[in-house]
Amino acid sequence: MTNKIRILLAKVGLDGHDRGVKIVARCLRDAGMDVVYTGLHRSPEEVVAAAVQEDVDVLGVSLLSGAHMTIFPKIIAGLKARGVDDIILLGGGVMPDEDVVALKKMGVHEVLLQDTPPNTIIQTIERLVAERGDR
Amino acid sequence: MAKFVPSDVLVERALVGDSAAMARLMSRAEAATPECRPAFARLYQKAGQAHIVGITGVPGSGKSTLVSTLTLKLRAAGKRVGIIAVDPSSPYSGGSIMGDRIRMSALAGDEGVFIRSMATRGAHGGMARASLEAVDVLDATGFDYVIIETVGVGQAEVEIARAAHTVVVVSAPGLGDDIQAIKAGILEIADVHVVSKCDRPDANRTISDLKTMLTLGLSLSGGASWQPKVVPTSSAQGEGFEELITALDRHAQWMRSSSAGQDRLRHIAEFRMLKTAEDLLSQQFLATRKPALALISGQLSERRISPYQAAERLLAGFQLEGPA
Ligand SMILES: Nc1nc2c(ncn2[C@@H]2O[C@H](COP(=O)(O)OP(=O)(O)OP(=O)(O)O)[C@@H](O)[C@H]2O)c(=O)[nH]1
Ligand SMILES: [Mg+2]
Repeated sequence: MTNKIRILLAKVGLDGHDRGVKIVARCLRDAGMDVVYTGLHRSPEEVVAAAVQEDVDVLGVSLLSGAHMTIFPKIIAGLKARGVDDIILLGGGVMPDEDVVALKKMGVHEVLLQDTPPNTIIQTIERLVAERGDR
Repeated sequence: MAKFVPSDVLVERALVGDSAAMARLMSRAEAATPECRPAFARLYQKAGQAHIVGITGVPGSGKSTLVSTLTLKLRAAGKRVGIIAVDPSSPYSGGSIMGDRIRMSALAGDEGVFIRSMATRGAHGGMARASLEAVDVLDATGFDYVIIETVGVGQAEVEIARAAHTVVVVSAPGLGDDIQAIKAGILEIADVHVVSKCDRPDANRTISDLKTMLTLGLSLSGGASWQPKVVPTSSAQGEGFEELITALDRHAQWMRSSSAGQDRLRHIAEFRMLKTAEDLLSQQFLATRKPALALISGQLSERRISPYQAAERLLAGFQLEGPA
């Protein structure tokens, strides 16, 4: 039997807004997912450790601070260092299009920018988890 | 497609400290796949060293913050601490938001701490079975303390806390006129009472109310040989934690050395056996009797048979499988 989709939502970096993440968390819960929320100001290392311990299907990292090009490589490296290759990595927040392209090349599975409608977020997660398959 | 790592391989990796393997085993416990049963049998054999502490109390009483501060103190004493934080699932969607980690951010990144969040309806079958198997993973891999945080409302959650060696019930000032936990009916199960948030001026009243209640004999735990203590704490100021750790250690000592403590361990074992049996039964039952369920409940709803007759028909076609 397969479990419900588990997702960890993290805010990395210095910006102190988590209203958006909390709204997303509620939408995902209402779509039947189990959402772990870790709060503000997490470091990439902390996020990786939490995602591994929680054995989530999806790691969603949201940032508005513009530090995405330094933070995502650290998260990708951290997961790799722990031998984890089956966690789906999602980015969220605000960033220019060329960075989205670069992040995807780097190994971020999808980037959902700030105004993505909840249904699109839910469908994207469900699709990516289905594509990955059971584990 | 992701690759499937057999559970016995995961156990090998977990035993040498691979946290990803430990975490995956916990997911297998939640999924209740028959494949992982031999692996969990092995973990159970290795487990039995950790001090398992259940922490419960009404919502917002300060449990997660207490767990965080307690864990920092235990870490300072060189202990490794595993934490299972159980949060309620939404009755509407079955999903959940598990936010206990927010209050445990001081522990983030410490490799001597393992935190796992579990939703009450996240497990196939019962949460009690799954969460106690997760405890086994931590116990077997050398964690000295395993703390289970559950909200003290709802029978399932309270039961999980009671399956720990030592039950801590957290009461907080300012949540109402009198101690909310009385209404929730959880005060009776405490081996140790914590009054949290004692940096608040109204805490003294909560402490004295609780002490009065204890003199009236409000306790189920331990019979005559264990007297639950009231421990005032403030997680905000880090106070009361020496006393709390002493109370926990004394209770562990009592479990080991008293016959009432040994009885308690047998009760916990019995509880696990029954919960696991319940899960096996309901999983196999639903798997094999689902078609009949619709048919017979139809007959019942048309009042062609009675509820008892319906139940008997439903059960008549069921045969529990033996071990594979
Ligand atoms: N003044 C004061 N406030 C505290 C203390 N400990 C916790 N709190 C506050 O109490 C609130 C609830 O704390 P939590 O630790 O999340 O409580 P909880 O029992 O885990 O809550 P649930 O998991 O939602 O049931 C938060 O706003 C904390 O900041 C304390 O020692 N002193
Ligand atoms: Mg909590």
